[in-house]
Amino acid sequence: MADLAITQTAAAARRTARTGPKGAGFEKGFEYLCFAAATMLLATLGGILVSLLIGGWPAFAKFGVDFFVTATWDPVEGVFGVSSLMLDTVLVALLALLMAVPISFGVAFFLVELCPTFLRRPIGTAVELLAGIPSIVYGMWGLFVFGPIFAKYVEEPLMNAAPPGSIWDKLTSGVPNGTGILSASIIVAMMVLPFIAATLRELLLTVPAQVRESAYGLGATTGEVVMKVTLPYVSRGAIGAVMLGLGRALGETMAVTFIIGNSHNFPKSLFDEGATIASTIANEFAEATTPMHTAALLAAGFILFVITFVVLTMARLMIGRSAKA
Amino acid sequence: MNTMAPDAFDVSVARIADRPVKLDVQELDFYYGKTHSLKGVSIPFAEKAVTALIGPSGCGKSTLLRTLNRMYALYPGQRATGKIILDGEDILRPGVNLSMLRARIGMVFQKPTPFPMSIYDNVAFGVRLYESLSKAEMDARVEESLRRAALWDEVKDQLPASGLGLSGGQQQRLCVARGIAVKPEILLLDEPTSALDPISSAKLEETVTQLKADYTIVIVTHNLQQAARVSNYTGFMYLGELVEFGATDEMFTKPATKRASDYITGRFG
Amino acid sequence: MAVSAARIATRRFSNSAFVAFCYFVTAIALVFLAAVLWTLILKGVAGMSPDIFTMDTPPAGSRGGLRNAVVGSAMLCALAMAIALVVGILAGTWLAEYAGDSRYGSAVRFINDILLSAPSILIGLFIWYLLVANVFHHFTGYAGSVALALIAVPVIARTTEDVLRLQPTSLRESGVALGTPFWTVIRTILWRASTGGILTGALLAFSRISGETAPLLFTALNNQYLSSMNEQVANLPVVMFNDALSAYDDLQRLAWAAALIVSTAVLGVIIVARILTREQRSS
Repeated sequence: MADLAITQTAAAARRTARTGPKGAGFEKGFEYLCFAAATMLLATLGGILVSLLIGGWPAFAKFGVDFFVTATWDPVEGVFGVSSLMLDTVLVALLALLMAVPISFGVAFFLVELCPTFLRRPIGTAVELLAGIPSIVYGMWGLFVFGPIFAKYVEEPLMNAAPPGSIWDKLTSGVPNGTGILSASIIVAMMVLPFIAATLRELLLTVPAQVRESAYGLGATTGEVVMKVTLPYVSRGAIGAVMLGLGRALGETMAVTFIIGNSHNFPKSLFDEGATIASTIANEFAEATTPMHTAALLAAGFILFVITFVVLTMARLMIGRSAKA
Repeated sequence: MNTMAPDAFDVSVARIADRPVKLDVQELDFYYGKTHSLKGVSIPFAEKAVTALIGPSGCGKSTLLRTLNRMYALYPGQRATGKIILDGEDILRPGVNLSMLRARIGMVFQKPTPFPMSIYDNVAFGVRLYESLSKAEMDARVEESLRRAALWDEVKDQLPASGLGLSGGQQQRLCVARGIAVKPEILLLDEPTSALDPISSAKLEETVTQLKADYTIVIVTHNLQQAARVSNYTGFMYLGELVEFGATDEMFTKPATKRASDYITGRFG
Repeated sequence: MAVSAARIATRRFSNSAFVAFCYFVTAIALVFLAAVLWTLILKGVAGMSPDIFTMDTPPAGSRGGLRNAVVGSAMLCALAMAIALVVGILAGTWLAEYAGDSRYGSAVRFINDILLSAPSILIGLFIWYLLVANVFHHFTGYAGSVALALIAVPVIARTTEDVLRLQPTSLRESGVALGTPFWTVIRTILWRASTGGILTGALLAFSRISGETAPLLFTALNNQYLSSMNEQVANLPVVMFNDALSAYDDLQRLAWAAALIVSTAVLGVIIVARILTREQRSS
């Protein structure tokens, strides 16, 4: 084909006139751009660490160890201690997990093993919606709707039923107005359960079909397959999912702020009002009266950062990259 | 020297008697990290002819193919030593402009890989990198490439449609059209019909047979009958070495080595 | 070996208990969702009025609406998404295409996953320290957008990386085999092939940040009026925070209306994202 031969050499001539394809020059530039963007992630974490530490340093320097063990939080006198904040933060998170774990595990098992196929997508979407509702909406719902109902149908009966002088009496003392540590824990549990459920569900789906089928083939019941085969298969990841829930619960701000009551006293009962690190920062930061007040809040933020970072790191180590957070 | 074959076949004298050599591989060694996958391979590829590379899985035929356009350079830890002479120049030496090299050597993969764009843009993609053609010139180039790939009649009315909407066989021919649109000198085909049904495979083989009038073609294939149908020369590889090489007709009727003979007759594979 | 009837009965009972438990807790979760949605609709609609989109946020006792808050939220989120898309897509591209198995790449992935679940209030504090206290010296909408962007970037980076990794190696190699510069392969082939996944990631990131309150509390704060980005910007979440906790009924009604608007946007986006994912999987 004579005409093809001509166009081939003509094309070759046109090509050799270039030293390279179009755009070859920006090759390295683009790579550096992408690298810079990726480094920005590291920079963000570093930035949080550094800014909280530097900003909170005056409080650490002034109060030293007392900062961690005192419960006094007095902006007027200028005395700050985060022990009750730390306790409340951990308490609310742990109580929330106590309630959220059984529910979220049950939901995950349901979605993977028991749910009829046509319901799978709607219920899966419902779980995602539960996770997507903004935290402040949960807070408002908790304060205005859940609180009064909780006060009337749970707190009062429990307080009345508790034998005087017993530990139950102590745990249920206080004003039954629906706010407090237990109420906050319940709301946080609701918020955290969809994350644990979704993560666990993705993990359970990684179990090879043959493993499950062989278990069923041996005559195991659904409960036995789940509890004795699939769950142990992903046990590490399941623990990681729980830790992920813990990490989120520790940092939960808006929902807690609405319903925990914001009292800096050391909690003595489940119905007492309290304050977590996050809720205190949310309530007080914008109107912090003195530089020391601001520093104390930043210092508390630093402590929260360290706690959540440790928990989330452990969670990530256990889940690996298999499931989406 | 070839230590694998029971009978002595000196591969170092693998030569092509009647045609000029376009691509000459000399003492090629290839390493995936620490694994030595190609051992002292020397093989000539004749100009404007089809050379088939055959052999059992893992023999290194795809590895050899991917050294010819230095595709392995994408992956750190993979390296090649030796020489590959193209038109008098060693393309393995440092400092070679890989993009320009790959404009001269096209490649079609096992699984069809249409780009996520229209059929027209697929074919024009490579051309736009190197040449500034007017719309009329580009239209002509696209049409010519699709004709040579035996796809024009089937898609001429749907050029703006997405390439992903074509059938598997059509997608593969689209990839061939895309490869020849930049007017390369050499075409590398890595098991191009293994993912296709028999009818599409036959069409593709026909295309290859027609293309060899103008391109130097190297085809890796698992399908011995395909190699026999389509190629002028065949190289048989085993465990990283070139065990036998020669004109296809001779290799398939009278293989010189026992191992090649065993493979061709199906005693192993 | 005879299997005792008692044994079988126990196993059957445990299984029934297990199944009942799973059904029960799923029902609890669904009831929670329904309860919250029901309240949102009930109280939110009660708070709606024609003034909502025509008047600005009022002090207690006056007529007003949410116009400045809606506009402000839109501005803050739009800028935040613009920043987050650029940084997130480039970061995700680096992780998928350039990082390989390097240790630095693993470190970035690790940190990215941590940031996904990090408390957003701490990001707000960081940006307050960096931008409000030390750069701008006053609350600004820009700081608020940057804080929101930092929350969105890990989501987009993760989904971008995941969807790019799904593309077959041969697609990359086909581009390279034509002599295409690698960044052109990324731009014109890989990103195009991944558009659906990247879009889904962007939608999910948007749903995350449009409801975020804590990071805005010390960056953009709030504003009684429409404003530019250079000053405090009104936004729905902080309006909700202030008004809901106020003692005034009319402000609380406004807060619920705002809650309805935000929740509708968020949940709508989540549903759209799920529909898109379904379409991608079936195509």
